[in-house]
Amino acid sequence: MNSSALWLLSPEISLAFVAMLAFLVDLVTRRKGYVAAVSLVGLVLPLLFTTLLWGELSGWVNAIGPQPGEVAGVSIPGIFGTLVVDRYALFFKYLVFGALGLVLLASLDYRSRLGRLEGEYYGLILLSAGGMTLLAATVELLSLYIALELATLPLVALAAFLRDGRSTEAGIKFLLLGAISSAVLLFGMALVFGVTGSTYLSDIAGAVATATPGDVPFGSYAMLAGAVMMAAGFGFKIAAVPFQMWVPDVYEGSPTPITAYLSVASKAAGFAALLRVFTTAFGPADLHWSVLFAALAVASMTVGNLVAVAQSNIKRMLGYSTIAHAGYMLIGVAAVAGRTGDGSLQGPQGLLFYLGGYAVTNLAAFFAVIAIANRTGSDQISDFAGMGRRAPWLAFLLTVSLLSLIGIPPTAGFMGKLFLFGAAVNADLAWLALVGVINSVLSAYYYLRIVKVMYFQEPASQERVTCSPALWAALGSASLGVAFVGMAPWPLFAFAAQALLGFAGR
Amino acid sequence: MVGLQHFLTLGAVIFAIGFFGAVTKRNLVVVLMCIELMFNAVNIVVVAMSRYLVPLAMQRAPDSTDAAVAQTLLTGQVFAVFVITVAAAEVALALGIVIAIYRTRRTADTNELKLMSR
Repeated sequence: MNSSALWLLSPEISLAFVAMLAFLVDLVTRRKGYVAAVSLVGLVLPLLFTTLLWGELSGWVNAIGPQPGEVAGVSIPGIFGTLVVDRYALFFKYLVFGALGLVLLASLDYRSRLGRLEGEYYGLILLSAGGMTLLAATVELLSLYIALELATLPLVALAAFLRDGRSTEAGIKFLLLGAISSAVLLFGMALVFGVTGSTYLSDIAGAVATATPGDVPFGSYAMLAGAVMMAAGFGFKIAAVPFQMWVPDVYEGSPTPITAYLSVASKAAGFAALLRVFTTAFGPADLHWSVLFAALAVASMTVGNLVAVAQSNIKRMLGYSTIAHAGYMLIGVAAVAGRTGDGSLQGPQGLLFYLGGYAVTNLAAFFAVIAIANRTGSDQISDFAGMGRRAPWLAFLLTVSLLSLIGIPPTAGFMGKLFLFGAAVNADLAWLALVGVINSVLSAYYYLRIVKVMYFQEPASQERVTCSPALWAALGSASLGVAFVGMAPWPLFAFAAQALLGFAGR
Repeated sequence: MVGLQHFLTLGAVIFAIGFFGAVTKRNLVVVLMCIELMFNAVNIVVVAMSRYLVPLAMQRAPDSTDAAVAQTLLTGQVFAVFVITVAAAEVALALGIVIAIYRTRRTADTNELKLMSR
């Protein structure tokens, strides 16, 4: 571990530093507003280091010695090559830190319900973000598992944070189902490790490419079982059917900012790891894993959308909606596997774009829900009646984000679906794109129902609903993101293309 | 002669027992114990794989250095140590939440965890 390793790890190290600072500030001050201020301002540090590392890869920063022009990625020395800094990892650092900043802003409005444990709240959420960024940066199975748990365990504590019946119930369900799925993931890793003799993704890829049936004990069946079990473990993290059982209860019971964070950052990190493992390690394998992910995509989209229709709690409904969106995103994963000879990266590019657009959209929706539900004290959809008059701006922004979730132009959701379904068609998966389109139409029913309730139903009271400036800032930035990505998609699209430079050896 | 198959069979059986228990048992603490069984099944498998299969894999790559060989030979054992550590953290968190649940409801029965089901 030398200075260049510290430099390459600086985003995570500074993030952990800010988390510790949040714990400390909480100990020495009674003014709890300081804790939030420290976490929010401190977030500038990891963002700055991430940008400098991007410069390192592009050649305009030379802290670890001159690089030969544009490099794809740098392995971090001194830790057995388990982590890399490449543009793919940096893309997810930006995504996670961005989502984290908005969630921290929105949490300010939620402070009254946190009680005296505010330092723990901010510290844990920062540590969990560290786990997520490591998850996108790891190229080795064991460190992948540890990053996964580092991302998940703080989230469990945060889900149970309110310590009332629903919140603790959400926490224990998240933890137990998460532990079962990580055991399945670990068993898959053990099988893959046994067959290939290594836990490094690149070595696994080499062993997979050269293996012939009969060359190793079990032929390739152990490998197949291992890959499927690993897909199941990731399926839990990204909330794909049939590993979605935890989603509705955890989403409903957790504090709403944590629900928003779970649905955006945690899912993005899960996809980051899933995509890297399956394209790098199993890319050369003739395992037909495109079919596996296509089946998961169809199941997630259909089940998520159908069950969401019947929900009366808006957090629960948005939970099922994230399951459906995991399905849309899995189309991108299936599209990379079913590649058409030219080794196209359209699938991953569409997926990264979709993750970015989905992040701002879903955050905007959840922030509007926080603003309204904090005043009315209810998450029931029926209590959103008349919000078009009681809170015109909140209702308008919630409507925009719901339209984006359906995928209606000119919003981020439309562009994301356009690129994803286009990638699927180019990868000979037109039927999958068709299922996606049908599901988008289906989903319009339950999203538009909320719009109908807000604008065409008589409110129970005429009292105006307002929210704090911090929440307005978070909601405003997320909504601007929705509009910007929807009307000018090219910057994000180019960013996603940049992020995939040199990804998986292409 | 005890071989790799025996260890793998043992691991698979313990994993299956743990999984079955985790999805059927009604007491939260028993569910946690079953999950612990699943993790330990993984440990058995990964250490056995490291003992029996990695030397085979190393023979197929004769040009690797001694350091790389030693590192690879120990991967399974290191894997197990990390799994044990993370599982301990997980159990600590789980027991904390179980106690919080027991305080408010006087029960640790999974069937009673249905405040939010519809």
